[in-house]
Parts: sequence; structure tokens; C-alpha cells
Amino acid sequence: MANVLANIFGSSPVRPLEKHVNIAYRCARELNRFFAAVVREDWDTVAKIRNKIADLEHEADNLKKKIRLRLPKSLFMPVPRQDLLELLLVQDKMANRTKDVSGLVFGRKMKIPAEIADDFLEFVARNVDAAKQARKSVRELNELFTSGFRGAEVTLVESLIEELDQIETDTDDRQADLRSALFEIEGELEPVDVIFLYRVIELTGEIADMAERVGRRLELLLSH
Amino acid sequence: MEAEIVYVVLAALFGVFMAWGIGANDVANAMATSVGSKALTIRQAILVAAVFEFLGAVLAGGEVTSTIRKGIVDTDLLSGSPELLIYGMLASLLSAGTWLLIASRRGWPVSTTHTIVGAIVGFAAIGIGIDAVQWGQVGTIVMSWVVSPLTAGFIAFLIYNSVQRLILSQDDPLAQAKRYVPVYIFLAAFTIVLVTIVKGLKHVGLDIGLTNSYMLAIGIAAAIAIVGAIAIQRIKPDRKAEKKAHFHTVERVFAVLMVVTACSMAFAHGSNDVANAIGPLAAVISVARSGIVGAQSPLPIWVLVLGGTGIVVGLATFGKHVIATVGRKITQLTPSRGFAAELAAATTIVIASGTGIPVSTTHTLVGAVLGVGLARGIEAIDLRVVGRIFVSWVVTIPAGAFLSIIFFLIFKSILP
Repeated sequence: MANVLANIFGSSPVRPLEKHVNIAYRCARELNRFFAAVVREDWDTVAKIRNKIADLEHEADNLKKKIRLRLPKSLFMPVPRQDLLELLLVQDKMANRTKDVSGLVFGRKMKIPAEIADDFLEFVARNVDAAKQARKSVRELNELFTSGFRGAEVTLVESLIEELDQIETDTDDRQADLRSALFEIEGELEPVDVIFLYRVIELTGEIADMAERVGRRLELLLSH
Repeated sequence: MEAEIVYVVLAALFGVFMAWGIGANDVANAMATSVGSKALTIRQAILVAAVFEFLGAVLAGGEVTSTIRKGIVDTDLLSGSPELLIYGMLASLLSAGTWLLIASRRGWPVSTTHTIVGAIVGFAAIGIGIDAVQWGQVGTIVMSWVVSPLTAGFIAFLIYNSVQRLILSQDDPLAQAKRYVPVYIFLAAFTIVLVTIVKGLKHVGLDIGLTNSYMLAIGIAAAIAIVGAIAIQRIKPDRKAEKKAHFHTVERVFAVLMVVTACSMAFAHGSNDVANAIGPLAAVISVARSGIVGAQSPLPIWVLVLGGTGIVVGLATFGKHVIATVGRKITQLTPSRGFAAELAAATTIVIASGTGIPVSTTHTLVGAVLGVGLARGIEAIDLRVVGRIFVSWVVTIPAGAFLSIIFFLIFKSILP
């Protein structure tokens, strides 16, 4: 038997969105161990982590589809549906970039030159930090909905997003440094490898870019 | 004489069956908000519902019962043939029961109130004559079906907005909640107690005057608010749970408030909906007893007690399962939101009960929930369901009317 009161509540996208960003972060987080194994040239571990990343990305993708399906136009929500869908999209892209970069490195069995290895691992870690901060910000969604997008909660989220921006700026700086460090030694490396190393740096940096865009999307929600 | 006993027994059977159905289905809407927000356990909800539905029915159910009983049909026209009123009321009860059974099987969101009013209007207009219906009164009732959800929505909007401004958006929401929630408790208790005293006590034979009523209401509400404030002071923040959800402890403070609004809601529901079951029964009894229509006989209190008991039995047999199911589905309605909806709906319904207007409890509550939603309090509301409610609203009245006409004609031909 259907009940009016029970059915009047559409399925809330808030918890699923928080769950989704968590999966996306867990996916990105694997990059730390992934690249550590790449530097060690421990290809068995690399393959294992690569599979795990693919699984998590797949999981995020499925949840994304599920959330979309459960968000029909007839839902009445405090924030525009479109903004929530776009937030979901950029969250998902954090996982996508992770999968892309791990796929590229694993597929070409790429080696990170010893000269830049430490800096590169730190660069990866900062990108993962950005994803983590994005997760922290999105996890405030429920509180934002409860407080009606105003007051102390908004200030809190704004400060979280500011912190996220700082992390992203840091990854940008590190990315530039890494590029010039690579430029210094590129003559000693195989040209094709060099091209793909630049590509790996770029793709990894995009994880922080996507995390920052998660922040931008959240900010848009705050402004309603 | 024997025929009259048959009528009364039949009406009592149908009426108790209706009350049972209301207890089994409708009460869930009044109580599930509290269970869904975990302010009450199922067991506590059943207890609260049993006590306050019953109190509401007996203390404040009189006005609406008398509207159903003699406010819709112009009984003067029937003075020559009192048996027609008996057939009609029996037919109304039976058709309302049938329609509700069909509708709940199909999952249509129909209202008990709309069904029974449609049924009574139906048998009176077609079975007796267009003039037999007091159209002015019916117009008021139908208007109230639009007005009551709107009013409840408006009140809920204001209440939830104030909660957001005073508590949820502040730097220390917990301290603010501890300060303001007792005030909300006072307001909730005051409204319900006042309307009950002013409108309800007359039916149980007490009349204490308006000034005294206000004083008494303030006294009782203050006492309840103080008990609530003590309970609130004892709530200690749970740091671990708060890491996951900042408003965890704040919601626990609101849960105390929600116990009060849950009682109000059960009371309001009892005061309005019991009339749907026993209004027709009361009409049959009054005609069967005196043999004349429109006698100024007072409503026997045992009829209200019978209705209240029927609701409680329905609640105890099937209602608890429905409460559990609905409660599980409406977790979006946390105590801070649920209380706003419940308080707004209960206030609207109790005022309607005091004025003798049968409104739909569920629709009023839905209006209140939408009001909270408009205050940006609810994550997602499915507007398709709101649309479906509107459609069923339009369909129910003719359906109830049609069925009651058929039953009326059958009764007229087979009963003595």
C-alpha cells in the first residue's frame, strides 16, 4: 500500500552525493600507493592498484548514473537540480582523471626518472589532498541543506573551499616546478617517454583542477 | 422498535469498522513523522497515539461529529421520513469504507474526510433531493480543504524559517536550541490546550469562561515547557556523532520538542477524524432513539468513546506496521523539520476541529511539509505525488457520492 506522506519525499540526492565524492576520493587516494610502486618498479603491485582504481572509478560511475536517474525534473529542491548534477559531474571527473593517468602509466609501463621522483610523489600527494578537501567540503552538504544555506554553516563551507583553492594553487606551482625539472633532464630521456611524462604530469594536475571545480560548484549552491 | 436496534447495531458496526480503518491507516501519517525522525520509538509512538487520539476524539471531537451528523443534510426536510436519514448514513459509512478499501489497495492518496463528506452529499442530493443538502455548509467545508493545507503550509514556513534564523544558522546552534526550543514547546502546548479547553470541554459538560481558559492554558503549557526544558538541559553533546553530522545534538534537542508536537498531532487527528466514523453513527442513533429527525439530543459521550476505541484498536492491530513502514521512508524529516510540519498541521487541524469543520489530516500535513520545503528545509519533494493528491482529491468526492447513492437505493429497497 502506498502512503502519501512517505511518497511525497523524493529520494534525497544529498547523502548519495556525499557517498559519491567519498568514492571519488578513495579512488584518487590510490594514486599515492600507485606511483610509489611505479617508482619502485614493482609492476605486480602497480597492476593490482590499477585494477582497484578501475573498480572504484566504475563504482563512482554507477552511483553517478543512479543519482541522475533518481533526480527527475519533478523534484522540488532548495537548490537547482542542474547545479547538483554539475557538482556530481565534476566529482566524477576526479575519479576519471585518476583512472586515465593510472591507465596511461600502467599501459606504457612508464618509469619516473629518479631525479624528479620525490618531487613527483609529493605533487601526486598534493593532488590527492585537493580531492580530500573536496570531499570534506561536499560532506557539509547535509548541514547546508539543514541550515537553509545561510549563517555559520555557509561561512564554514566558504573557509573549506578557500583552503581547497590554496591546495590547488600549490599543485599548480609544483606542476610548474616539475615541468622545468623535467625540461632540464629531458635530453637524456627517450623523446616518446618525455612526451608522455609531460602528459602524466598534466593529467595528475587535473585531479586538483577538478577538486577545485567541485569547490566552485559548491560556491554556486551557496549563492542561491 | 426492533428495526431501530438493527439500525443502531449496523451503524455501530460500520462506524467502528471505519474508525478501525482510520486507526490502521490514517494515524500512521500523524505519527510516522515522529518515528521517522527517531524522536519516538514505534512502541512510544503507539502509546502516544493511543492516549492522545482517544483524548482528542473524546475531548475535542464533538464539533466535527455534529457537523457530519447534522450539518450537511438539511434534516428538516426529512421529518416525515426519518428512516431515509438512517439509510443514507448507513450507505455513507459503507461507501466510504468501500472506497477507502479500493483506494488503499490501489495506492491512491485519498482522504477519509473527503470520502465521507462526498458520500453524505451524494445520498442526500440524489436519494432525497438537491435541496436536502445544506450547500452553504458544504461549500465552507470544501473551501476548507483548500484553505487548511495552505494555512498549515504557511504556518510551517514561518516556523521553520524562524528555526533557521534563530538556531540553525547561528554560530552555536546547540546553545540557541536549548534557549529557544522550550519556547516552541510552550507555543505548541498552549495552542492545543487552549483550543481544547475553549472548544472541547463544553462537550464533556465543563464551561470555565474565556479568561480562565487562557489562564489554564498558559499554566499547563508552562508546566509542559518546564518539563521539556529540564529534559533538554540533560542532553549532552555527542562529539563522535557530531563529527559526522554537526547538527546531531541539536536534532536531539528538537526531538524533545517533537514528542510534544507528536502528542498534539495525535490529539488533532483524533479530534477531527473520529467524526468521519462516528458522525453518521451519531445521526443514526439520534433518529432511532427519538424517532424524529433533527431532535436536539446531545451527542452521547459513549459514541465518541466508541470511535476513539475503534481508532486505538486499528492502531494496535495494523497501524503499527504502517507507522514503521512510513517512518522508515521519511527520514528526510529530521526533528527540526518534522516538528515545524507537525506543529503547523496540528494547529490548523485543532482550530478546524474547534470550528466544526472536517478537514483532511493527511492533506493538511502534506501542506505543512510543503511549507517546510518552501523554507528550503527539505532536500527533495516529489511534485508528481503532490499532483496525484490533487487528482485523487477531485475524484474522491464523486466516487464517494456515487457509491453511497447505490447503497442508499439498495438499503431503501431491502430494509424495512
